[in-house]
Amino acid sequence: MPAFTPPSLPSDDKRWKIVNGTMRKNGFARHALIETLHTVQSSFGYLDDDAIRFVARTLRVPLSQAYGVVTFYHYFSLKPPGKHTLTICAGTACYIKGADKLVAAAEKRLGIAQGQTTKDGAISLMTARCVGACSRAPVTLADGVVAGEASPEAMLEQLERWAVE
Amino acid sequence: MNIEELEQIAESVRLENSRYDFEVNVCMDLACMSQGSDRLRDELVKAAEASGKKVLVRRTGCMGPCSSGPLVRVDPEETLYHHVKAGDAEAIVSSLGGDPVPALQCDLNEHFDKQVRVVLENAGHIDPEKIDDYIARDGYKALLTALTEMTPNGVVHRITESGLRGRGGGGYPTGLKWGTVAKAGGDLKYVVCNGDEGDPGAFMDRSVMEGDPHRIIEGMAIAAYGVGASKGFIYVRAEYPIAVSRLTTALREARRRGLLGNGICGTTFNFDVEIRLGAGAFVCGEETALLASIEGRRGTPRPRPPYPAVSGLWGKPTLINNVETYANVAPIVRNGGKWFFNMGSERSKGTKVFALTGRITHTGLIEVPLGIKLWEIIDVIGGGVPGGHTLKAVQTGGPSGGCIPAEMLGLGVSYDALMAAGSIMGSGGMIVMDDTSCMVNVARFFIEFCMTESCGKCIPCRAGTAQMYTLLTRICEGQGTMDDLDLLVELCDTVKNASLCGLGQTAPNPVLSTLKYFRNEYIEHIVHKRCPAGVCNIQAPVEVLA
Amino acid sequence: MNDAVEVKTLIIDEQEVSARRGQTILEVARENGIQIPTLCSLDGLSSVGACRMCLVEIKGSNKLLPACVATVYEGMEVTTNSERLQKYRRNILELLFAERNHICSVCVSNGHCELQTLGQQHGLTHVRLPYRNPDLHVDASHERFTVDHNRCVLCTRCVRVCAEIEGAHIWDVKGRGIDSIVITDLNQPWGESACTRCGKCVQVCPTGALFDKSKVGADHPKYPDFLPFLNMMREAQ
Repeated sequence: MPAFTPPSLPSDDKRWKIVNGTMRKNGFARHALIETLHTVQSSFGYLDDDAIRFVARTLRVPLSQAYGVVTFYHYFSLKPPGKHTLTICAGTACYIKGADKLVAAAEKRLGIAQGQTTKDGAISLMTARCVGACSRAPVTLADGVVAGEASPEAMLEQLERWAVE
Repeated sequence: MNIEELEQIAESVRLENSRYDFEVNVCMDLACMSQGSDRLRDELVKAAEASGKKVLVRRTGCMGPCSSGPLVRVDPEETLYHHVKAGDAEAIVSSLGGDPVPALQCDLNEHFDKQVRVVLENAGHIDPEKIDDYIARDGYKALLTALTEMTPNGVVHRITESGLRGRGGGGYPTGLKWGTVAKAGGDLKYVVCNGDEGDPGAFMDRSVMEGDPHRIIEGMAIAAYGVGASKGFIYVRAEYPIAVSRLTTALREARRRGLLGNGICGTTFNFDVEIRLGAGAFVCGEETALLASIEGRRGTPRPRPPYPAVSGLWGKPTLINNVETYANVAPIVRNGGKWFFNMGSERSKGTKVFALTGRITHTGLIEVPLGIKLWEIIDVIGGGVPGGHTLKAVQTGGPSGGCIPAEMLGLGVSYDALMAAGSIMGSGGMIVMDDTSCMVNVARFFIEFCMTESCGKCIPCRAGTAQMYTLLTRICEGQGTMDDLDLLVELCDTVKNASLCGLGQTAPNPVLSTLKYFRNEYIEHIVHKRCPAGVCNIQAPVEVLA
Repeated sequence: MNDAVEVKTLIIDEQEVSARRGQTILEVARENGIQIPTLCSLDGLSSVGACRMCLVEIKGSNKLLPACVATVYEGMEVTTNSERLQKYRRNILELLFAERNHICSVCVSNGHCELQTLGQQHGLTHVRLPYRNPDLHVDASHERFTVDHNRCVLCTRCVRVCAEIEGAHIWDVKGRGIDSIVITDLNQPWGESACTRCGKCVQVCPTGALFDKSKVGADHPKYPDFLPFLNMMREAQ
């Protein structure tokens, strides 16, 4: 059988070298798929078809299997995120302390549903399953920075700050 | 590295610490960080330098009562300060050597008195990014003792003798599991640490990984020696970036000190650990799904047997325990199985860490001996329900658990008692609900969770949870009938008994337990179209003219 | 219980039977003329234990086991057809019929459908659960075959036959839970995928989800029995 030649990098974007580095570190083993997808997402912010195809071909994972993995895990996103991301924790403690009201207020202010990004690409509204800061419930994350005992007012202020940028 | 060298490191840390007159410990766990404890630490460092006093400012893991955060503890006086702002740094530093700052001082004696710290013994006392801090508190002593003075069988025996049961939720005897993997044939075996703390409302494992990462690594290494494994994986949720970074640092430090790698402690024992990131799938807490995920596949469970102990990662014998289970290993090896066996209740030994949250005064992380009465946790440690509200239920076990009604606060917290009450121990989430919670809505919340987290492989869980969600939504909206309720109960039975894995088999528990203890709330919604807690938005019925 | 003994004796539905070590309950039952209903399981493919139709009771255990993957042991006592099992099987079928849009009268597989047959065998006269009526598409981009997701029961036979027998692995499952759906390659139209056009997936599909375009309007029986033969020929080589 001829030796396997991995596909060339999709472009000269330096981030592909980082992605390739993760695969090399794992000996281009198939089980590195999820690790590599994490690297793609942290480098590019999301996973598009080209990225999935490149990773799948390099690791010799069937395309359908790679796509199945990407869509199985909620952490992976197929769409580019907005410039800012507001995440509202929807864990049990946050739910008990009124996270649903936060979600409703944010949806109303932004005019989008959770999981969506505003049309101008400025803000993504996400919910999380539990970020583990339950003792400070309800919790929001503004670009990953945790704010505990969040009130709709404080959250809307944050959205206003982003809006005027 | 040998025991003498370990002692030397410990001694040098003690010597170094003795150069300081005061130690100011700042909690840098996620909850306190979210309130600015990182800035507070910077200010404390600045103030300490400016004061000219001999002050050691140390970042530590979770101190426990998160609702009082950010927390600062000044040693040797053990003065605890709460709600500390960055602006308070100067006042704290200038008070050193004199009277404490009264405005910041807090009295949480009642909160701490009933607690016993085994797993959390180092949290709040060591810098999680300094291996030497860990070594100075007897860290890695158990591993080196095991390697040099005990046989692998002896290690397994000690764990068996301790009566330790799996802290991930199921409560399977840990020694028995280790023994099965030890007896399994083959040269290549794995140990895996389940850090995929997916239960919403639980953060015990996050705090241990963030606050005392070496304890997990040491526990895994001892386990690997006991069962004959050479390679380990820690599977951590990607939602826990601080835990991942601290574990990464800890692994690097442990390798540097020769506590991981080849020929550990001059023996023939080789062991190393890799971190694998989860990617947002609750079902990956199920062990066969977790293994599939480590192998880079969709996290779908497979039928057991064969159990991972016989056929796990890449078909090799694999030991899987959760974070807290591994965190109990080193103290058991150090202090003996009997020491552990003497704590706790008849069939639930040792202590358990709980994440106490919801409608309760003191939220946070607590560690209590098993067998403790539920009221002691809620009323004494937790300080009761605030705001003049009354306690309605305590939810344990997350989406796999149930709601224990206020009348049952006399219950002793153990695996068997919680199971008998229709809930489970679970990994340790304990969510307090008061009269502002609607139990039908709570049941719907959990079923929605299970529906979206179901992997979709088996029909009862995939379609059953979706149908249960539809029926519960109807009831919450005042559209439900008594026939719907019967259908819901029948579905619970099918999903519980016919599903492939633990997720589906336990998904009906929140519905069944609320139906058992709060059936009247269901009836109110269905018959009287009324939500007693005022949570559900029920439209007034429209009069239909004949 | 001695695992080294090659021949096991056990009891299935009060009938004493013998089995070889490593055999599944399903294999042994069939050898002895005892029928256990199955859906995802298929001779010649790996077993996944997903549909839960073949669950059986084991004396001394309150856990039900899927007969397609559970192996026999000496002295095992199996019940395959208790009232409780029948109730679960009916409920599973009901869940399937309510999950997607299974309208037998207009389906190409009417009369040759395993789901339909199971429904008849279990006396499923009506569905009590609310129909979910999901909005699913039909992909007819392939020159020879069509996939109609309305009829799919997610048994994953197509995924397994393509990966394990054909070796192409163009099928897999995307998403999870109630949103799971079978896909080809990067969720692209079947006709644009790297499909080898062997048609094995169509032959193993238990319902009308995968069908041959040339059979529309005609009888569309399927012939999945080539699989054990293929496996046997491969082993012989």
